[in-house]
Amino acid sequence: MSGSLLSINGLSIGYSDAQSRSVAVISSVDLSLAAGETLGLVGESGCGKSTLLLAIMGFYKAGLHRLGGDLQFMGEDPGVMPAGDLQKLRGGRMALIPQNAGQSLTPTMKIENQLFEALSLHSDLPSGLWRQRCFSLLDRVQLPDPGELLKRYPHELSGGQQQRIAIAMALAGEPDLLLLDEPTTGLDVTTQVHVLDLLREITAETRTAMIYVSHDIGVISAVCNKIAIMYAGELVELGDKNDLIDNPAHPYTKGLLDSIPRMHQDRLPVSLEGMQPQPGQRNFDNQCVFVERCSYARPVCQQHKPDSSTVSARQVKCHLASEALDWKSVEGSDRINKPTKFSRVVLRVKDLSVSYDRPSLTRWFTGRQPSLVTQGIEFEIRRGEILGLVGESGSGKSTLLKTIAGLQKPFAGSLMLNDQFDLRHSVGSRDADCQQKIQLVFQNPDASLNPSQTVEAILARPIKLYFGSSDEAIRQQVDEILTRVNLPLAYRTRYPGQLSGGEKQRIAIARALVAKPDLILCDEITSALDVSVQASIIKLLLRLRQESQLAILFVSHDLAVVDVLADQVVVLEQGRIRESGPVSRVFSDPDHAYTQSLLASVL
Amino acid sequence: MNSLHTLLTGILASRSGRFGLSMVLFHVLLALVSPWLVPYQFDSQSEIINHIGPSLQHWAGLDTLGRDVLTRTMLGGRQAILVTLLATCLALTWGGFCGIMAGYKGGRTDEVIMRGIDIFLAIPFMIFLLLVIATFGNDPVVMILTLGFFYGIGFVRLARAATLDVVVKDYVLAAKSRGEGTFSILFREILPNVRDVLLVESAMRWSWMLLAFSALSFLGFGVTPPTPDWGLMIASARIYMALAAWPVLLPMIALSSLIIGINLTADALAKSLGLDRSTRVLL
Repeated sequence: MSGSLLSINGLSIGYSDAQSRSVAVISSVDLSLAAGETLGLVGESGCGKSTLLLAIMGFYKAGLHRLGGDLQFMGEDPGVMPAGDLQKLRGGRMALIPQNAGQSLTPTMKIENQLFEALSLHSDLPSGLWRQRCFSLLDRVQLPDPGELLKRYPHELSGGQQQRIAIAMALAGEPDLLLLDEPTTGLDVTTQVHVLDLLREITAETRTAMIYVSHDIGVISAVCNKIAIMYAGELVELGDKNDLIDNPAHPYTKGLLDSIPRMHQDRLPVSLEGMQPQPGQRNFDNQCVFVERCSYARPVCQQHKPDSSTVSARQVKCHLASEALDWKSVEGSDRINKPTKFSRVVLRVKDLSVSYDRPSLTRWFTGRQPSLVTQGIEFEIRRGEILGLVGESGSGKSTLLKTIAGLQKPFAGSLMLNDQFDLRHSVGSRDADCQQKIQLVFQNPDASLNPSQTVEAILARPIKLYFGSSDEAIRQQVDEILTRVNLPLAYRTRYPGQLSGGEKQRIAIARALVAKPDLILCDEITSALDVSVQASIIKLLLRLRQESQLAILFVSHDLAVVDVLADQVVVLEQGRIRESGPVSRVFSDPDHAYTQSLLASVL
Repeated sequence: MNSLHTLLTGILASRSGRFGLSMVLFHVLLALVSPWLVPYQFDSQSEIINHIGPSLQHWAGLDTLGRDVLTRTMLGGRQAILVTLLATCLALTWGGFCGIMAGYKGGRTDEVIMRGIDIFLAIPFMIFLLLVIATFGNDPVVMILTLGFFYGIGFVRLARAATLDVVVKDYVLAAKSRGEGTFSILFREILPNVRDVLLVESAMRWSWMLLAFSALSFLGFGVTPPTPDWGLMIASARIYMALAAWPVLLPMIALSSLIIGINLTADALAKSLGLDRSTRVLL
C-alpha cells in the first residue's frame, strides 16, 4: 500500500497450547495508518489491544508468535528485522509511551541523563547541542523551567510531569509513529485533560501518526480521528470517530457506548451481559465472536463467521452491519429514578480532621500542631441514600473512608453511627454490633478476595463472625446472597481466580451484604472494571439500596458514575470539602471553582 | 488453595518429581519395615573378623568388625529420618509462626523477633550444636529440639518475607475492618497464602538437616555405636576406603539417594506451585 505509514493485513498472533495447536490471541486484523493520522484502539481488558500494539513494534510476549498475516511499517516488517535495525526503529521512527510513566523512568537517573540517553541513541545531533534540544523538548511538552527540571529525579516530579517527560523522551527521536498504551490511566482527570491537549497539538503540528490504546472511549475521542474497536482479538469495527460514536454499526460498539455512564443522562447505562471469550476457549471459525452476547444475533451469526465489510465508510465485521445503523439504543434501559425522601440519619460526621502524625513527646513539648490530611469534614448519610465522595488523588477520599471504617484514628471531630455508636474508636475496640453495621468494599477485587478461599468460605465468614449461625443456616444465606447478586449457586465452590473481574466484585459486594450492614463504604469499586461490567455493578448497587434501604458512601473519581448513582455529592480537594449538596444541583450548577474545573475535565 | 491431592498430582506431573518422590517413599518405607527384613542382626559379627567383599551370604560384604554391611545400611537411616523429620516439623511450626507474626504485626514485635534471629544467625551453628550435645547428651529428643530450633531460624525469615507480600493485600485489610482477631487473620487469611512457600522450604530443609545429622554422626556426636547409622558407618569405614570401598559406598549411596530424592521432590513441588526457585530468592 503506497502512502501508508503502517499497513497490517490479516495479522494473527497466538500461542501453541499443550496439544501444540495454535490458539489465536489476535486474529486477522487489517489496519492501515497514514502519516498524521490518529487511531484509537478501544476494547475491554484482555481483548488483545496491547498485544497488537507491541506487535507493531516487533515485540511479542513470551510464548506468543505470529501465526500469519503481514505487517509493514514504512515498507519494512519489524517482526523479521535484524536486532540492530529493530533497536534503531524502536524509539527512533516509532516510539512507545507506556501506561505508567513513573515506572518507565529510571528512578536513579536524573531527567537530563535520561533525555540525553534517548538523544544519543536516536538522533544525529552532536552532543554539544543535546542540552539545547532538551530545552526545546521540554518546552514542546509544556513543562515550565526546564533548566531546573532537568536536574531532578523522576520521583521529584508529579504524575503528570512524569508522563510529559515520557512523551518528551518519545519525541526525542522525532518519530513518525507514536504508540500510546493507556498513557493517562493513572492520572487525575484535570491532568489528563492537559496531557490529551498536548498530544493533540503534537500530532497536529508535527504530522506524527499515533495509535492510542485505551479502554476509555471518552479519552480516545478527545484525541483520535479514527477509532478501531477490538473484541476477543478481532477488529470488529473501524471508522471515523464521529461516525462511529454517533452511529455505531457493530452491536458490540453499540453495547459498549450504551454502557458508558454520561453526565446529565436520564437513563441508566446498559450493561452487556456475559463475558468476553478467552483465547482458545471456543472455536470461532464458523461463527461470529460476539454471538453469545449479541442481543441482535440471528441464526446466520452462529453458522458463518462474518467477513470484514465496508458499510457507510467503515470496516465492520458483522452480518447485520447494514441494518444495524438504523437500530436505536437498546430499549428498556431504566430511567434514573432517585428517591427524594430519606428517613433517619445513619452516619453523621462533624468537623472531622485526620492526621497521620503520631503523638510524640517532642510534639507535646513544642505544642506543634500535626499536619492534617483532612480538615473540617461534615456530612450526613441517611437510610437508603447514596453519597458520592469525589476528588482527585491525594484529596483525602480514602483517608476519610478508612477513618469511618475504623482503620485510621481521627484527630478531632465526631463520627456517629445511627446516633448510637461512636466511630472514633478503631475497629478492634468497637462493639460487635457496630463492626457489623459498617462494611467496606474495596477497589480491586483481585486484592480484596483471599485467593486461597472458596466463594462459600469468603461469604460464610462474616455470617459466622457476626451471627454465629449454624452451618445449615449459613449455607442457606450464602445461597440467598449469591442469588441476590445475580451469580449462579454453582459458584459456591469456586476460587476467586476462576471468576471474572465483575463477578469477583459481586462477591466482594455480597461479602459486605451478608453482614446485614446499615452502611456500605465503597472505595472506587467500579474503577478496576471494564465499562460494560461497571454498568451492571451500578445497577446492582441501586437495586440493593432500594431493597434493603442501605446507606452507601461511594468514593469515586469518575463524576459520570457518581452522577448516575448518587443522591448527594461531596467534593473534596486537599482534604477540605469544597462543595456539597444534591448531585443534580452540584453537577449542573457548581458554585466552587474546583468543582467547575472537575466538571470541565469530564470527557 | 491446594489440597493434598493437587500437591501430589503437581509433584507427579514431572518425571523428576515422580523419580524423587518414589525415592523418598522407598527410604521411608524401608525405614519402617527394615527390622523385619534384614538378613542378620546389626551387631552380630561374622567368624571372619575382616573385610570381605560381596558374597552370596553377605551381599554387600562385611565391615571392619565383620558385621553385615547390607543389614547395617538398611537400618542406618531409621534414626536419621525420624529425628530429622520431627525436627523439620518443629522448625516449620515455630519458625513459620514467629515469621508470620513478625510480618503481620510489624513494628516492635517484628524488631524483637528479627534481632533475636540475627543473634542466633551470628553463631556458627555446628559448633553450637556440638556444645548442646556435649552438655545434654545425644538423646534423640535433644537432637530434635536443637536441630528443630536452629533450622527454624531460616523459616522465620522466609515466613516473614512471604507474609510481607500478603499482609498488604486488601483481603487482610478487609478482615481487619470486619473486626477479625489476630489469630483468625493469621490462620485464615495469611497462612493459606504462605503455606506453599513454607512447604517447599521444609522439604529443602529436611534434606539439609539429614546432611547435618549425618555429619554429626560422622564426627561421633550423633548416634551411639553400635546402633547403625549412615554417617557413623562412613566415618568408621573411611580409613580402609582404599582397601575396601563397599562398607563406605553403600551408606553413601543410601544417604545421597535420599537427599537427591528430597531435592527432586521439592523442585517438582516448587515448579508445580509456581515458586520457581531459580527466579525467586529464598532467604
